[in-house]
Amino acid sequence: MSETQPFLQVKNIYKSFGHVEALRGVNMEAYTGEVLALVGDNGAGKSTLIKTLSGAVWPDCGEIWLNNQKYSRLKPKQAIKIGLSTVYQDLALANTRDVPCNIFMGRELRCGILLNKKAMYTEAQKLIGNLGIKIPSLAVPVSILSGGQRQGVAVARAIHQGGKILIFDEPTAAMGLVESAAVLKLIKNLAEQGFGVIIISHNLEQVFQVANRVCVMRQGKVVNTVRTADVCAQDVVSMITGALETNSNLN
Amino acid sequence: MKSETKIRLQQLFPRLLLLAVLAFMIILLDRLSPFFLTWSNMRNILDQASLYIVLSVGMTFVICSGGIDLSIGAIVAMSGVIMAMCMKAGISIGLAICLGLASGAVIGLINGILISFANINPFIVTLSIMSVIRGTSLLMTNGRPIYGFEEAFKFWGSGNIGPINPPILISLILVTLGILLLTSTRWGNYSLVLGSNEEALRRTGVNVKLYKTSIYVFCGICAAIAGFIVCARLNTAEPLAGWAYEMDAIAAVVLGGADMRGGRGSVFGTFIACLVLAVMQNGLTILSISSNYQQVLTGIIIILAVAVSEFKRRNSKASVS
Repeated sequence: MSETQPFLQVKNIYKSFGHVEALRGVNMEAYTGEVLALVGDNGAGKSTLIKTLSGAVWPDCGEIWLNNQKYSRLKPKQAIKIGLSTVYQDLALANTRDVPCNIFMGRELRCGILLNKKAMYTEAQKLIGNLGIKIPSLAVPVSILSGGQRQGVAVARAIHQGGKILIFDEPTAAMGLVESAAVLKLIKNLAEQGFGVIIISHNLEQVFQVANRVCVMRQGKVVNTVRTADVCAQDVVSMITGALETNSNLN
Repeated sequence: MKSETKIRLQQLFPRLLLLAVLAFMIILLDRLSPFFLTWSNMRNILDQASLYIVLSVGMTFVICSGGIDLSIGAIVAMSGVIMAMCMKAGISIGLAICLGLASGAVIGLINGILISFANINPFIVTLSIMSVIRGTSLLMTNGRPIYGFEEAFKFWGSGNIGPINPPILISLILVTLGILLLTSTRWGNYSLVLGSNEEALRRTGVNVKLYKTSIYVFCGICAAIAGFIVCARLNTAEPLAGWAYEMDAIAAVVLGGADMRGGRGSVFGTFIACLVLAVMQNGLTILSISSNYQQVLTGIIIILAVAVSEFKRRNSKASVS
């Protein structure tokens, strides 16, 4: 594990919905400059954990530490402000609107009360260019872009929001091979540029392609965190299904 | 992927088509009648269009945001009645007008709150509010029109400002304001984004409910301005004024290239559509064709316009992907 201080630390988070205990004391750390994959079976609590980080769900108890600051409850706007940006599975794009409008959604550049369209256009071009994504014209509605390009627009928005930790929920779901490869390359690229990346994925093959570490969740807890270099996919599958019991699971 | 200009042209296509239709109609009517292209007739057309325009500018924002407002016809009547009653009660003209406009804003606010905070479907909300407002105006007046106002008030309906009249001036100001608001302000941008993907906007931390409510307030104010014009023009406040005006406004907005599903639309398109409808109405009158044909023609034109732009949109999508 890296020697530096973790940028994001999740400590002992609990969350239940009625009788369902979705999170039962989750501990997790994420560093900038690395890709952390969050894996686990359906209902293991991955999405709930991500939602507590994006402010969509408030944990019952537990702490989120970011850059040595403690937060117990995050509101969506606050999460974005402190650098936790989520790229949703549905990408949350306004399909009929152009690329700059989507990137700057919620944080438009203005001069006076009017939108500064020119500045947004050039800035958008820069952001998209830095991601290594090619979009021939930014003036088109994003509905006609390819899956990879759309992901790029969503990521550009997250970065413009000031995201230091970018959270991807199933980034390659419903994508073809070529597009998946483009998105994985983009994710690796982001980590190399110094962002912390957390991805939720069911596709272990892809996880091993991009992730530095894997965080395995089962029944509302993180049962194991391993470096991808140290294990093989088979080990991770055993951890997900519980065939391989681990010390943190024994209490 | 196509070149940028080609894509831009494709986006402008519905509006360009509409301009072509307008030009065609003007050329045709000029050939058919020597009176058509006289200034007094042009002024007639603009005067007729001004009411459509004022109503439709507000409706454009509502439809762009993915909603609908069926109560604007009733607001036209209500605001006129309130202005008239205030003036008859001895309140100064300026204040009476402000109160009338405020009533439109309040009804818009009620619409907006019910739609965005109580989460009721816009169609249902505004349909019910339409009924409530129309009923209230009838109750307030006992169903009788109020008439006979001072010159200073009538001026706003039938006065002269240089070559044009106040309704035309108001509608042109409102169109300019609408274009600026929709294309160049955060508020207008959010109107379109609301209609495109409301959830996405909410997730970026924008207070979606507030923006949505304000759109209905704006539409209510536009309708009240139309009520003011109607009342001043006829020198009468009628509880049944503005009957079915909401349909004309919706027709103009859709003809102007807006998408009823929200996320697409333009104030300029709406403006041209209003002119097309007014020119058609005027043309039929000049050619002494029964105005009953106008209804039929309006329906056919709208269906044709929407069908053509929908077909074009699908085609362009298929060719890119």
